[in-house]
Amino acid sequence: MALPKSTAREGTSPAIGAAHDIVASGQRAAARSGSSAGDQTRSATFSVWRGGAGPAGGLRDYKTAVSEGMVVLDAIHQIQSESANDLAVRWNCKAGKCGSCSAEINGMPRLMCMTRLSDLDLDKPVTVEPMRAFPLLRDLVTDVGSSFRAKKRIRKFTPRAPDAPDGTWRMSQADADRVQEFRKCIECFLCQDVCHVLRDHQLHEEFVGPRLLVHAAQLEMHPLDVLERTTELKDAHGIGYCNITKCCTKVCPENITITDNAIIPLKERVVDRHYDPLVKLVRLLRGKKGESREKGLR
Amino acid sequence: MAEYQRHEHDVLVIGAGGAGLRAAIEAAHAGASVGLVCKSLLGKAHTVMAEGGVAAALGNVDDRDNWKVHFADTMRGGQYLNDWRMAELHAKESPARVNELEAWGAVFDRTDDGRILQRNFGGHKYPRLAHTGDRTGLEMIRTLQDYAVHQPIDVHMECTIVSLLKDGGRVAGALGYDRERGRFKLFAAKAVILATGGIGRAYNVTSNSWEYTGDGQSLALNAGAALQDMEFVQFHPTGMVWPPSVRGILVTEGVRGEGGILVNKEGRRFMFDDIPENYKSSTADNEEEGWRYTQGDKSARRPPELLTRDHVARAIVREVREGRGSPHGGVFLDISWITSKISNGGEHIKKKLPSMYHQFKQLADIDITAEPMEVGPTTHYVMGGVRVDGDTQMSTVPGLFAAGEVAAGLHGANRLGGNSLSDLLVFGKRAGQYAAEFAARQGSPRIDAAEADAMTRAALEPFARDAATAENPYKVQHDLQEMMQELVGIVRREDEMRRALDALAGLRDRAGKVAVTGNREYNPGWHTALDLPNLLTVSEAITRSALERKESRGGHFRDDFPDKDPAYAKFNIVVRRGTGGEIQVSREPLTEMRADLKQIIEENK
Repeated sequence: MALPKSTAREGTSPAIGAAHDIVASGQRAAARSGSSAGDQTRSATFSVWRGGAGPAGGLRDYKTAVSEGMVVLDAIHQIQSESANDLAVRWNCKAGKCGSCSAEINGMPRLMCMTRLSDLDLDKPVTVEPMRAFPLLRDLVTDVGSSFRAKKRIRKFTPRAPDAPDGTWRMSQADADRVQEFRKCIECFLCQDVCHVLRDHQLHEEFVGPRLLVHAAQLEMHPLDVLERTTELKDAHGIGYCNITKCCTKVCPENITITDNAIIPLKERVVDRHYDPLVKLVRLLRGKKGESREKGLR
Repeated sequence: MAEYQRHEHDVLVIGAGGAGLRAAIEAAHAGASVGLVCKSLLGKAHTVMAEGGVAAALGNVDDRDNWKVHFADTMRGGQYLNDWRMAELHAKESPARVNELEAWGAVFDRTDDGRILQRNFGGHKYPRLAHTGDRTGLEMIRTLQDYAVHQPIDVHMECTIVSLLKDGGRVAGALGYDRERGRFKLFAAKAVILATGGIGRAYNVTSNSWEYTGDGQSLALNAGAALQDMEFVQFHPTGMVWPPSVRGILVTEGVRGEGGILVNKEGRRFMFDDIPENYKSSTADNEEEGWRYTQGDKSARRPPELLTRDHVARAIVREVREGRGSPHGGVFLDISWITSKISNGGEHIKKKLPSMYHQFKQLADIDITAEPMEVGPTTHYVMGGVRVDGDTQMSTVPGLFAAGEVAAGLHGANRLGGNSLSDLLVFGKRAGQYAAEFAARQGSPRIDAAEADAMTRAALEPFARDAATAENPYKVQHDLQEMMQELVGIVRREDEMRRALDALAGLRDRAGKVAVTGNREYNPGWHTALDLPNLLTVSEAITRSALERKESRGGHFRDDFPDKDPAYAKFNIVVRRGTGGEIQVSREPLTEMRADLKQIIEENK
C-alpha cells in the first residue's frame, strides 16, 4: 500500500535538536518492558466471586493465559469471553478515569483496570471479589445507588454574583487548585467501600461517607460558592461518625488526601460554627455566615 | 402484552454523556418532564475520557480570537463538508455555554488575571481550549451531573435501549431493558433525543469504551431516519501502543499543545516533512518557531505536530510502514525534552498533564517527564451520524432529535480537537430546547403493543439457543472488530471494502445464531449479543459510504484515490434503509453557504 510520500526525505531535518537523545531514551524504555507483543505468556488462576451474597455465591477458580502488561480487568474480560460469558462486571474507560471497575483484589480495594498483574503474585490464585460495603447484585457488581442518592441531599453549588459585567467570574489559579484535588474524584467509591461506618455498620442513610464529604468539601471550599453546609454536615450527613482512621485516603486511586484535606477541615468548620462560643456570638450579632472573605479572591 | 415497567415522559433523552445531560437539563428548564437513560452509571459516559479541553472563542489568552475565526477553523478542518449553519451556531454559542458551566460550578484553569485559561490545539488558530489540566471531560461531566441531579429529571441508570417506537410517522418512545434485572422498560415519549455517542467498538484498536456500539445511529436508521458522512471516522493520532493490553488508550493532543514533539526512530521530527498546502502559511518551518508558539508567542506559527488529526495520523502510519517506527509499531511522542527549555520542567509537565503522567507511569512504567511515549493511531470518533436540522437538531423523523457525536454535520470530514466538548454543550442545549418545544405541541403518542412484544421476543431469542452449538457473542464481536480494523481502517481500498461487505454478511449470519448462558440478571453476554446488530449496522453504513466516496478527504483516506477530488466537495453521502431493510446510499448536495459566511472564510484563509 502506498501512502503519500513525505516530501523532504533528503537533507537534514530542520529540527533534529535533541531528538537523538529522545530516540535512545525511548529504545531503552521499550526494551525495559519487553521487545515484542505476545512473549512471556504463562497462565494464572483467578478466584472470582460468582453469584449473589452469602451462600448464594462463592469463589470460583478460572485459569487463563496472561501476558506482558496485562491488568486484572484484562484477565476478567478474557475469562468472560472464554469460559464465563455471563460474568457480571462493570467497566468503561479502562484507563483509571471513570471509576467503574472497583473491586477487592486479594482483599485490597482497587480499580481492576489499574492493577497490573506484574504487581501480583501469580503463583497463587488471585482473588477478585465485589466491594463488600455495598449490597451485592451479582458477581462483581454491587448496588452503589446509596452513594448517588446521597449527593441529592447535599445542597447544590450556589455562586456569588458574577464579578464582571459580562457575567463571568475571576479567580486565581491558587484558589482553583485548592478544589481541584477534590474535583478530580472519579466516583469509584473505593473510599466508601473501606469506610468502617459503611462497611461494618451499614449506616448508608445516616452517613454520606468519604466520597460525599469530598464532594461537600469542594463545595464548601469552592472559590465562588456562597452557601454554608456545616449544619447539615453535622445533622443530616453524619460527619461526626468519621473517626479519622484514614482508610479512605489509603485506597484512593486518585491520591486525594481525603481525611486530612477534606474531612478534617470540614470537621473544624463544623466545630467552629457550632461549638465555638465566641464565633457563635459574633455570628448571632452579625446574623450571617461571614464566609465570603475566606473564599476566593475577596 | 408482555410485562413492562412503563414510563412516560415529554422528552426522553437516550445517553447521559455531555450532550445527553445538557439536553436533559435544557428540556427540564423548559418545563418538560424528562427521562434520562444511561447505559452505564451516571457520570461514567465517554465524555469523562475527554482530556484536552473545550473549544470556545473566549479570547482570554489571545484577543484576536472571535467566533468568525473559530468558524473558519472548523470549516477548514472539516474540509468544507460541514453543515455551515451548525459551524456558525457552534462558534457563536460555545463561549456562552462554557461560561454557563462555570456558573454551575466547573473550575477551569486560570489566566494570570483570573479568567478562564485557554490552550493551543491542532487546527485552532489561537489558544482556544478552556481546560482543567488534562481531565477536562471529567470536570464537564461532573459539573453537568451534579447540576442535573438537582433538576426534575428521572434518571434511568444502567438501561439499554433496543429500539425506538413509532406512532405512524412520528417517534413515540423507546423500548429497553435494565441491566440489573433484565426487565423490559417501555418509555412513551412525545420527543426523543439521541445522545448515545459513537461507534468506536466497531474497531479493534479504539479509545472508546464498551458502550460505543453505534446504538443511536442504528436506532435512528431503523426508525427511518437518515445518516450522513459515515465514511468519516477519526483515527486519533496518539493512542498508547504498548503494552498490548492498553493499546488504543488515548494520549491527549494536549501533550503536543504543551510542546510535545513527534519523532521517528531516526530521530527526525517527521511532521516537518509533509505540511499540506492549505496549512503552509500558518505552520512553523523550524523547531524554534514551533516552540515559541506553544509558549504563547503571538508572532510565531504553530508546530506541524498541531496539524489536523487526520493528517498527523496518516503521517504516523507512513513512518511505521516505511520502517521508521518505534519498537512496538508506533512513533515517539516526547514532552520530556521541554525540561531542557524551561526550569522545573518535570513539575510543569506533571502539573499540566497529570493524568497522562499517571497513566503512563502506572500502565506502561514510563516516566513521561524523563522518557518519550510510544504512540500510534486509535479509533476515536465518528464525524458522521444522524442527519439533523442545524438549528433544532431534529432528524428526518418528526420528534426524533440527535446531539453530540451521534449527530452529523458540525465536523464535516474531520473534527478539530476540542470541538466535540463544545459540540455537546451547544447542540445538547439546542436539542433539549427544541425537543421540549416539539413535545409541548404533541398529544400523547400511541404505543403499538404488538410491535413492542415482537421486539422483546427477539431480544430474548439468544437464551433459547443451545450454547453448545451456537456462536459466542464475544467472539463474533471480536471478529467484527478485527475485520473492520483491517479492511475499513485508516487506509482504504475498493477491493478490501468489497471483502468487508462479504464479511459483514457472514458476521450478520453468525450474530443471528449467538447463544447466551445464565439468566437475565446483569448478564454481559446477553448485552453483548444485543449490541451486535447495532455494530453490524454502523459497520455496513461506514463501509458503503466509504466505497461511495472515491477520493481522499479528512478522516477518509482511499489508497486507490489518494487525492482530493473537487467534484466530491459538493455533496454529503447519506444512507437510509430501503423498504426491504437494505442500506441505500445516496448523494445529497450541500446547501449554498450564506455570502457573509463565505466572506469570513475568505478573510481567514
